[in-house]
Amino acid sequence: MKKHAWVIVTGGILGLFGVILFQMGNPPNMGICIACFLRDISGALGFHRALPVQYLRPEILGLVLGAFLIALLTKQVKAVGGSSTFTRFFLAILAMIGMLVFLGCPVRLVLRLAAGDLNALLGLVGLVAGIAVGAQFLSYGFTLGPTSNQNKINGYIFPVLVLLCLFLLLFKSPFLFFSKTGPGSLHAPLLISLGAGLIIGILAQRSHLCMAGGIRDFIMFRDKHLLYGFLTMLAVALVGNIIFGGFKFGFANQPIAHSDGLWNFLGMTLSGICITLLGGCPLRQLIAASEGNTDCAVTVFGFLIGAAFAHNFGMAASAKGVPFDGQAAVVIGLLVVLVIASLNSRFSLVQKPSVRGGSSNVNRS
Amino acid sequence: MSIEVDARGLSCPEPVLMTMRQLNAVPSGIIKVLVSNAAAEENVSRLAENKGWKVKAEKDGEDTILILTK
Repeated sequence: MKKHAWVIVTGGILGLFGVILFQMGNPPNMGICIACFLRDISGALGFHRALPVQYLRPEILGLVLGAFLIALLTKQVKAVGGSSTFTRFFLAILAMIGMLVFLGCPVRLVLRLAAGDLNALLGLVGLVAGIAVGAQFLSYGFTLGPTSNQNKINGYIFPVLVLLCLFLLLFKSPFLFFSKTGPGSLHAPLLISLGAGLIIGILAQRSHLCMAGGIRDFIMFRDKHLLYGFLTMLAVALVGNIIFGGFKFGFANQPIAHSDGLWNFLGMTLSGICITLLGGCPLRQLIAASEGNTDCAVTVFGFLIGAAFAHNFGMAASAKGVPFDGQAAVVIGLLVVLVIASLNSRFSLVQKPSVRGGSSNVNRS
Repeated sequence: MSIEVDARGLSCPEPVLMTMRQLNAVPSGIIKVLVSNAAAEENVSRLAENKGWKVKAEKDGEDTILILTK
């Protein structure tokens, strides 16, 4: 069990903080949600003007800074990048649209499950299905190619930008947008949110916890390591919700959720495929970006832009359900991601250059 | 005979997948796996140890060479 300790502790803290941050003022069943909080940050920066979802969430800023500081101390900051960067950006946009149709990332999915929201169960089935499809492409030789080492300075740009955002927040910059009503207006005290983010960032950097990775590794290798984190988070949040009275069993009238099962399923299927092809869930992408992976930094910006698209073009779901544009985006997104996955797999039916070496290598299989 | 798996620059699960193909192909011997990030190092080591291989890690500049023996 010792080798699983970091992952279990990280999952436990994530579940605990998820419950506590809700009790301290964050939106219901959204103590922590990487997708929702990136969507709120996208709004705070004015990328979209959906008035109820604008806040520069300190949890995300703390998460990045915590992971960066611990990586710096342990000499693990390493600037790398150049692995199909734009494809990653695009996949992140699709992943975010899927998550905003479901209304949550894998972290919030667990928090919703732990609060008795059965709609999240369909999201979980969708996520597992999406990860299974992504894993199948990986076993077919899907790759976005290797990263190259970059000059050190490139790895520091992302954490410094996040630090700048923290200053904007601390000094309540007039550049920022803040919701007066809706989920964006609900938040725990700034320093508590920031502190929680810092702790989660440090732990997630040490443990490499990935919510999608647990399901992926179990499907591909029967490896339960990361799954222990996922399950610990679920167990801790469940107990926490029962103790604090946040548990409500059923499909109807769940907070910041809709009961359209098909789209809960398909939204998470889309994001499950995308994040498996990207190599990790939004939490993992944030941590890797903090450690100097510039592709992951671009992926995070893909999430921010995806959230902006989702709200600017009326695709994001709400408690009322999933708008037609959101349904269309998920279907088109699924088709597009399957094409991208097929054409980046070595066993694809069309010619493609070899992954390493760059010479054109016709695939005869 | 030693087999080399170059998983530098790749993120998980690709290094694990590449290593597993080799572990499944040979019953024993020496396999060198080159990785360039901590997550890949940890995951490949865990896979090899679970399959009964001994793992030794050596630093090679910014990368790590994992020497798997059985």
